[in-house]
Amino acid sequence: MIGFLTGLLWLLGGIAAAMAAGWLFRTLMVTISPRGVAKEMRTAPLTASFGMLMILIYIFVAFFAHWLAPFSETAIVGREYEPWSSVNLLGTDNLGRDMLSRLIYAARNTVGIAFVTSALAFILGSVLGLLAAIVGGWLDQILSRTVDVLMAIPALIFALLLLTILGTSVINMILVIALIDSTRVYRLARAVAMNIVVMDYVEAAKLRGEGLWRLITREILPNAMAPLVAEFGLRFCFVFLTISALSFLGLGMQPPTADWGSMVKDNATLITFGDITPLLPAGAIALLTVSVNFVVDWQLHRASGLKE
Amino acid sequence: MAEQEILLTMKGLRIEGRADEEWIEIVKGVDLTLRRGEVLGLIGESGAGKSTIGLAAMGFARDGCRISGGEILFDGIDLRRASETLRRELRGKRIAYVAQSAAASFNPSHKLIDQYCEGPVEHGVMARGVAEKDAMELYRKMQLPEPETIGFRYPHQVSGGQLQRAMTAMAMACRPDLIIFDEPTTALDVTTQIEVLAAIRNIVEQFNTAAIYITHDLAVVAQMADKIKVLLKGEEVEESDTRSMLAAPSQDYTRSLWAVRTYARAEQAPVAGATPVVSVRGVTAGYGTIDVLKNISFDIHARRTVAVVGESGSGKSTTARVITGLLPPRQGEILFNGKPLPPDYRRRSKDQLRQAQMIYQMADTALNPKQRLRELIGRPAQMYLGLNGKKLEDRVKELLRLIELEPAGYIDRLPSELSGGQKQRIGIARALAAEPQFIICDEVTSALDQLVAEGILKLLDKLQTEFQLAYMFITHDLATVKAIADEVVVMKEGVVVEQGPKAEMFQPPHDPYTELLLSSVPEMDPDWLSRLLAERAVTGVAESAGN
Amino acid sequence: MPPILIMILQRLALGVVTLFVVSLIIFLGTELLPGDFAQEILGQSATPATVAALREQLGLNDPLFVRYGGWLADVVRGDLGVSLANGQSVAELIGRRLGYTLSLALYAAAIAVPLSLVLGILAALLRNSVFDRVANASALTSISFPEFFVAYILIFLLAGAGGMFPSISSIRGEVSFGEYLYRAFLPALTLTLVVTAHMMRMTRAAIINLLASPYIEMARLKGMSPMRVIVRHALPNALAPIINVVALNLAYLITGVVVVEVVFVYPGMGQLMVDSVAARDMPVVQAVALIFAAAYVLLNLTADVLATLSNPRLVHRR
Repeated sequence: MIGFLTGLLWLLGGIAAAMAAGWLFRTLMVTISPRGVAKEMRTAPLTASFGMLMILIYIFVAFFAHWLAPFSETAIVGREYEPWSSVNLLGTDNLGRDMLSRLIYAARNTVGIAFVTSALAFILGSVLGLLAAIVGGWLDQILSRTVDVLMAIPALIFALLLLTILGTSVINMILVIALIDSTRVYRLARAVAMNIVVMDYVEAAKLRGEGLWRLITREILPNAMAPLVAEFGLRFCFVFLTISALSFLGLGMQPPTADWGSMVKDNATLITFGDITPLLPAGAIALLTVSVNFVVDWQLHRASGLKE
Repeated sequence: MAEQEILLTMKGLRIEGRADEEWIEIVKGVDLTLRRGEVLGLIGESGAGKSTIGLAAMGFARDGCRISGGEILFDGIDLRRASETLRRELRGKRIAYVAQSAAASFNPSHKLIDQYCEGPVEHGVMARGVAEKDAMELYRKMQLPEPETIGFRYPHQVSGGQLQRAMTAMAMACRPDLIIFDEPTTALDVTTQIEVLAAIRNIVEQFNTAAIYITHDLAVVAQMADKIKVLLKGEEVEESDTRSMLAAPSQDYTRSLWAVRTYARAEQAPVAGATPVVSVRGVTAGYGTIDVLKNISFDIHARRTVAVVGESGSGKSTTARVITGLLPPRQGEILFNGKPLPPDYRRRSKDQLRQAQMIYQMADTALNPKQRLRELIGRPAQMYLGLNGKKLEDRVKELLRLIELEPAGYIDRLPSELSGGQKQRIGIARALAAEPQFIICDEVTSALDQLVAEGILKLLDKLQTEFQLAYMFITHDLATVKAIADEVVVMKEGVVVEQGPKAEMFQPPHDPYTELLLSSVPEMDPDWLSRLLAERAVTGVAESAGN
Repeated sequence: MPPILIMILQRLALGVVTLFVVSLIIFLGTELLPGDFAQEILGQSATPATVAALREQLGLNDPLFVRYGGWLADVVRGDLGVSLANGQSVAELIGRRLGYTLSLALYAAAIAVPLSLVLGILAALLRNSVFDRVANASALTSISFPEFFVAYILIFLLAGAGGMFPSISSIRGEVSFGEYLYRAFLPALTLTLVVTAHMMRMTRAAIINLLASPYIEMARLKGMSPMRVIVRHALPNALAPIINVVALNLAYLITGVVVVEVVFVYPGMGQLMVDSVAARDMPVVQAVALIFAAAYVLLNLTADVLATLSNPRLVHRR
């Protein structure tokens, strides 16, 4: 019971700190940004500004990992499972590597790979989705039916199946997840574009004799951008979670690369002994996903609010 | 009528709406009194605050609005001070509401009779069985077909005019003291409108119900209301009883509303023997296996306006799609200056595309919201005429001046920064930028207020003379036809019922459908509806109206 | 035949076709496997002669479609082949585990579905209140958590030293129903937490989307209470999206079990699949993927049919 109450206190404290950070960040951004951005920022809820702050921090850590980490990614610096100390701030892992350093390097590895994967999925899915909506006819039929079938197999199961066939490697994982996720992007991009294609201004542009390229870049894309950007955020979260899950299952990133998912797996035994260290990499995953989701939620809310 | 006791009073009513994080006043101190059994017409253009005032009579403000000042007394109850529970008790039971679109205001998931009974049963007025019997009785009074069984249908199984009558019956369910009618016939075709108006007037008289009748259509309100209040931008312009208002409006604004109906452009004499700019020759077209158009033919000459008139589903917009090449016809062809056009727009040359332009009904969806006027108007000139840089900018400015917008202030605006009428003007400028011979105007004024619409019509007229344009004007509104047409094509269910010069069209003898259409247009005479119904009862025209 | 029946039959036919195509994709998976299937079974030390003999025996020399036909016929008869890893029959390997996995998913669904619907409706009713905001933010947060994070937090809080629940759901032999509920509580709770948030958010959104409709305003103007407006007027029209999101999440439960089973060492199909993927034991992976995919297709199909039936426009034609 006492443990539960302390936990609750920690949780509330954490939320209060997060909100305070969000508020400070928003105030800062409102003062230093140009007028247009500042106006947008003012409408951001605390959750969203906290999210933006966290995303910036993750990007910073990922870029400057080699400066920030006290030890190298793979060096064995002590015995296994050493507790937190002044040398190894967060202790050591199951092979005696510095936990903090691996956490920091993993930001680069995990986030970087998730970003590349979702970018691939996004480009593939949205280009095909837009084309299907505009060109229509047989192209739309072929693409949509293919996507229907691919989506009839649950994502994680499909990924596992393909990885069995291709063998587990980082490149294979990127390609497999990008392919599977592009089907989801395709669906959304096509639906969004379909709503725009029926607009009179697109009809007017077609009747004017505009070519396909200009139709996409000048008429449709500018109007599809808001939902597509939000989708990119959601896709990133999904890809990031899938990669972490695969790594956790031992089928994603391969050792000795530092990666949050496999770090949880490797050190999980500590949890049953009441040591929270293995929760840190899992928490790092959760925090980034929450942050992205908060920002996306704000953007979606704004987009739907303007419609009314 | 003997003076009856006062049912509703509003004093200094103020209502605010939220826009961009700010509260803006949309009703600015309106007073209103209504006696039992009396019908008050609220009339004004969009943004006048008519619906908002109507809802306030129920103590209700839409989400994002709030009643910020004044007093609303309904039968001695202060609606602003009353608890939400008390207000809910009154709504539906003593004050009822009839919405503009019955099709959207009936819940698609429940049968009509379930929705009818909900009010009386929930308010504890009648038991379910009694309410059902009562529903059938009222359905009969509203002259709905098969009153015993129609209630057991779902809303989508009933036509628009019938739904509107069913909604009025539903409003009557608890025998309220007051009904708010919010543009109940605006979404209907003219021929359907008559029946609904007649049914509403009949039942309101029968139960001696007081009503607030909200509309933008003067001729309609003249049939329904005992007295009329004219509103402009949330303020009262004037109020008086219907007959004296129609005979002698005291305010300039009211007079200007009247004046719109008298606008007519000078008719263009036909040029004998000239090749028509556009000829539609024996066109049959449709979607899937259904023919929407059946053997349509007509010609459009330079400097002349052909009005294509018909109710919803008559095929007038499909005709436009065939001419523009979006829908290649199954049979027949389109001639342009005597030469056949390729049926599919993708096979037409740049010059053929340039020569025929289109202006759309909804300027909101016709202008890309992410493009500035510079690009919206400039693109056709750049594409067809190869203008660039300074020349292009000069041309855009010239076009803006033509549509009576000041170039410097507008050239870099987005469509969202324009009013409805201005957007429609941009649609016109975009069509002009291609320097066409022929423009299709698809219901270009029906989404606009009368005064704004008149401005657009005058502008189109001026441009026609200046550039020798041929217009095809698609509309359902006969007043617009009277104002602008040289020739009229009347369509019904994909067939041309009658066509000819305007002067002939508006003179008897008519085709029976044209006759019905013409006679259904409300006139600015309080006795028009009664007279028409009496006439139709004799000739039996009304029988065919619903079919 | 009434049009609605034709529509449902069409959906069912489409479902069968989808299953068929899915089985084809899964079968082709084996074909794409680099290297020789027979070699894989026998290992590197096998002589070419034995490999050739096994190829003949497995029918690997037959044309592709013949082998697919044979495989499909076997699958339909319940013969799922033999594991490469230990030579056991795949059907036997899966047997019990399938039941365990399904009961875990069912356990979680039984808690999650009613809970999320009630929370979603409440959030829609009390929209923009503190309850709504907190529910919304916590839902967003829990959607963002990886399953293993939720699982380990629960272990940390509820199992661990002197905890109330076992951190390892060892279920062997016959266990009583109550004992099962107790042992599988943490995995079921993890799954519940993961799917409830999404279903709740979507239920709320589906209802709130409708609140601007004229018929909702009409219901309010008829003097109906907020609760009645939501439950009687908005909910029936929001059924289709809600059914779809429930199906989506039930389907997600089926795949979500993979990670959760690994964390709690729960003896289900997910465990089996992960082990087999690591060992590249193709017949087992094939069979498990096929079962998961079939369940997924069936769920979506059911949702599709139910959503169709919830739409009066489709059920009662003009």
